[in-house]
Amino acid sequence: MSLSIAMTQPTQRARIGLVLFALALLLAPWIAGQAGGNAWVRMLDFALLYIMLALGLNIVVGYAGLLDLGFIAFYAVGAYLAALLSSPHLLTQFPALAAALPHGLHTSIWIIVPLAGLLAAGFGMLLGAPTLGLRGDYLAIVTLGFGEIIRIFMRNLDRPLNITNGPKGISSVDPIQLFGVNLARTQDIFGFRVPSVYLYYYLFAVLALLIMFACVRLQDSRIGRAWLAIREDEDAAQAMGLNTRRLKLLAFAIGASFGGVGGALFASFQGFVSPESFSLNESVAVLAMVVLGGMGHIPGVILGCVLLAALPEVLRATMGSVQQWLFGQVLVDPEIIRQLFYGLALILVMLYRPAGVWPASREAAR
Amino acid sequence: MSALLQIEGVSKHFGGVNALSEVNLTIKAGQVYGLIGPNGAGKTTFFNVMTGLYRADAGRFALAGTPYEPSSVHKVAQAGIARTFQNIRLFNAMTVLENVMVGRHVRTRNGVWAALVRHRRARVEEADTRRIAQHWLDYVGIGELAERRADTLSYGHQRRLEIARALATEPKLLALDEPAAGMNAAEKLQLRDLLEKIRNDGRTLLLIEHDVKLVMGLCDRITVLDHGQVIAEGAPHDVRSNPAVIEAYLGGGVHG
Repeated sequence: MSLSIAMTQPTQRARIGLVLFALALLLAPWIAGQAGGNAWVRMLDFALLYIMLALGLNIVVGYAGLLDLGFIAFYAVGAYLAALLSSPHLLTQFPALAAALPHGLHTSIWIIVPLAGLLAAGFGMLLGAPTLGLRGDYLAIVTLGFGEIIRIFMRNLDRPLNITNGPKGISSVDPIQLFGVNLARTQDIFGFRVPSVYLYYYLFAVLALLIMFACVRLQDSRIGRAWLAIREDEDAAQAMGLNTRRLKLLAFAIGASFGGVGGALFASFQGFVSPESFSLNESVAVLAMVVLGGMGHIPGVILGCVLLAALPEVLRATMGSVQQWLFGQVLVDPEIIRQLFYGLALILVMLYRPAGVWPASREAAR
Repeated sequence: MSALLQIEGVSKHFGGVNALSEVNLTIKAGQVYGLIGPNGAGKTTFFNVMTGLYRADAGRFALAGTPYEPSSVHKVAQAGIARTFQNIRLFNAMTVLENVMVGRHVRTRNGVWAALVRHRRARVEEADTRRIAQHWLDYVGIGELAERRADTLSYGHQRRLEIARALATEPKLLALDEPAAGMNAAEKLQLRDLLEKIRNDGRTLLLIEHDVKLVMGLCDRITVLDHGQVIAEGAPHDVRSNPAVIEAYLGGGVHG
């Protein structure tokens, strides 16, 4: 009896939370659009991409406890796959291919996104396989190297065959076409004028929701428990008969696939990819979102993404006028203040909430 | 009674040190078997070799008549040897129930697809896992602590949880590495009751122990190791009066 009460109350709270979350998700771009125009909605689009990335990284770091400092590599793999399959770049490089495809290379998003997920998963296992015996710091260094290798490959793969177009990157990537609707153009829907950034927002939101759903389901499963067990004590997990090598590979593959999907969407959204988007800084930023939000706790990770994606933009937009109001003039470049506050926020959260802003309740009970 | 675990001629050296030389051990089904010896005798090394943590230099291993190669820890566990650790090792941030559910991993099959789709078979298996895990918690007497975080339990309860987690794998052999270590007298008595209950339910136990009193009272047969060699093997009262054993425990000064 007491058990059933203990079980229902959190589920009811979770239901209410879920409804509020859905409402916020639905209305967010319109509120942001009112406050700061399309630029702020664009920021939300990026926040959603970060959510996909961070939830992917959360599987590797938060669940399986494998510190990955090169996670952005999988984002790059997805992005370059989308760019190559839906831009004129390959056709201009290989005339034979151009002759075979007179209408150009415009792969459907329905193919690109699953393919990006699969390819990134493959790369995840490629990274995972040689690192299975490594723990902690050593693993972090190897993954860091892997992230850099991918970026440097993209940067230099313009000779002898020009595949990635080197540091110049690949431009004019097709925008996403969904059911004949071009998401890059403002659409009239029931008399509403819906700009492109809103259309992308809702597409990204649907995919982010799918990834969240997958994460929730995986977390409360035999596989999710096995990951947590490996994180908590790898030797004890093995002694319980868990094939930790295979389970770690699985975590790498699934985490990477979410990153790859995010990357493909990113390339189509931007219309352009270059190696600069996939620097170590980005890996660190995604890791910061996971850690600051609450490692291993899905709502925490999402909150971390929203905070860290929105905070710099909000500070950038407001710091100028705040100074104007306080001192009558802009004393310090808002850009510098923005970085200062970003760093300060990280330090304060880690000092006062080491388990993250919104940790799992089990962690908080410590 | 047939031999459940048969280990012959196990040797292991680290550099120039012979940690184990030609160790034999035969455990019959339903026995409580004790492996004792003074500090540094090679008990833990033997345990680690048997469970796949260290690779033996030589030796033949058979569990329930089937040879097994202790080449990796998880394969030994899958073959049917579950162990506990001398310094308790739980999945601290998980609940007590979840700890035991991890023990069910080897007896269940749900994969990624089952987790995502939660089809009927997956839901049935998950419910079974939960039910059986709760059963083992009740069995060791900490059923009401199921929703607590594992590291909030008292020492004695943590030990029970570790045993429940091992039992949940449905092992042929339950191997306990110094289960009484760090326990007070009352906790040792309770532990003894639990181990007797497990034995009476027909399970086979291997006990690696420092506490000679506990071993003598509980075990059907005992092997004594010293300097990596078997110096005595037999029933508790025979072993107790064996001069070589007395010498090993009290030091060479007795005769010299």
